[in-house]
Amino acid sequence: MSALHVAWAVAAKDLRLAGRTRDALLATAFYVALVLLVQGFALGAPDGRSAGATANLAAGAVWTALTLASAVAAGRAFSAESEAGALEQLLLYPAPPAAIYLGKLLGVLLPLLLIAAVTLPTGLLLFGALGAGQPLPWPGLLGVLLLGIFGLSAATTFYASLTVNLRAREALLPALAFPLLVPLVIATVRITSVLLTGGWTDEALSWAGFLLAFDLGTVVLAAWLFGYAVEG
Amino acid sequence: MTYTSASSPADRLTPLLGWATALSLLVTLYLGLGAPPDQNQGVLVRLLFVHVPAAWLSYLAYFGTGLFGLLYLLKRNLRYDRLALASAELGVLFTVSTLVGGMLWAKPTWGTYWVWDARLTTTALSLVIYGGYLLIRSLIDERDRRARVAAVIGLMGTLYVPVNYMAVEWWRGVHQTQTLKLLGSPDFAASPIYGWILLAGVVTFTLMYLYLLRVRAKIAALADAREEDELMAELPAQATHDLEVARGSS
Repeated sequence: MSALHVAWAVAAKDLRLAGRTRDALLATAFYVALVLLVQGFALGAPDGRSAGATANLAAGAVWTALTLASAVAAGRAFSAESEAGALEQLLLYPAPPAAIYLGKLLGVLLPLLLIAAVTLPTGLLLFGALGAGQPLPWPGLLGVLLLGIFGLSAATTFYASLTVNLRAREALLPALAFPLLVPLVIATVRITSVLLTGGWTDEALSWAGFLLAFDLGTVVLAAWLFGYAVEG
Repeated sequence: MTYTSASSPADRLTPLLGWATALSLLVTLYLGLGAPPDQNQGVLVRLLFVHVPAAWLSYLAYFGTGLFGLLYLLKRNLRYDRLALASAELGVLFTVSTLVGGMLWAKPTWGTYWVWDARLTTTALSLVIYGGYLLIRSLIDERDRRARVAAVIGLMGTLYVPVNYMAVEWWRGVHQTQTLKLLGSPDFAASPIYGWILLAGVVTFTLMYLYLLRVRAKIAALADAREEDELMAELPAQATHDLEVARGSS
């Protein structure tokens, strides 16, 4: 089996499991909705803000919710296997660890993308950036969503493999992953905010390039270090 | 039982580094206190002679954590893990002193304790990264696993510090123009002596880093030896196999 087959087999197993039980998916979706709701109350109603400030606020609220959700989603990635003692077996298969990491990443990424695809329009609507009359650049927003969620999943899945066997893993995963995700949060919020107000400006384009480089760097680094992270 | 490093060959380098650190600290102190007050900042400028070298030391220490972590992953020698631990602790300690000193300087100079400048933000983020590193070390009992996981986290953290800096710098640069451009390099034109004192401070703190690194790593080695002995003493001789099982399931 080639590495890609292994990655897909692992991902298909996780996705089938996620599709059958739906507990992780529902819990994460519920969590995102709650974070949006709490932020809505904490940040106040959008009346009286300029269009730019509203776009900024909406982008910030959506990506805050998605960043927090990525830790919740990835936290489940290894815990089911760890509870059943199956993680050791998975790692015993004659497959490169990087392929298993990629499979796990896909298993986190796809449900999270599903949630994000609902969260983005809902969040923009709730915070007043959607339906203000102007058409929104949906293909661009979808692109940011893909890149952003990919980076979030790549980092949190990797750290979940480190924290899965620890006490207090739910608290440790965000503590380890979020300081490294600051560049991604900045980039995604800036791109989303700029897209909402002015379309593809030079600023949005250069941030998108940065985000792409960040994603690639993170996934390569994580795939390389995954073997060290889970061995023994 | 007392633990000494008697079994290892006599370490001449550490005391030498210690004396060199003490001597250069005295020289830096003398130079720093003897320098004329700055035209704009007055005596506040003296804080810089501690602040900049402390920041330098903390970044040196973070680099060390990543480097020793990588060396551990490649060589699997616990010596490197102890050096990485020592480096991370020094990094956190001196980051705190950098931030506190910087804030005390910023309040009278800029009128505020905190600005979201790239350098400040990156330093604060490093504190969280290596705070997490130390936290996770304390949660893993099995010695080799602790070293391995810590090495991975330390290496990731060290590699992301410059990325954080770039992102925040760019964010600030694009997002809103910087109102205060005094950071880090105030104008030395009035008193070029400041540059030399800063250089002396940086050399001093580099020596201090190397000295404290070796001392802390030695303490860690003694702690490791004691831990091992205590574990062995608690168990009957034939139970070493059970010990491995117990450790594996931690």
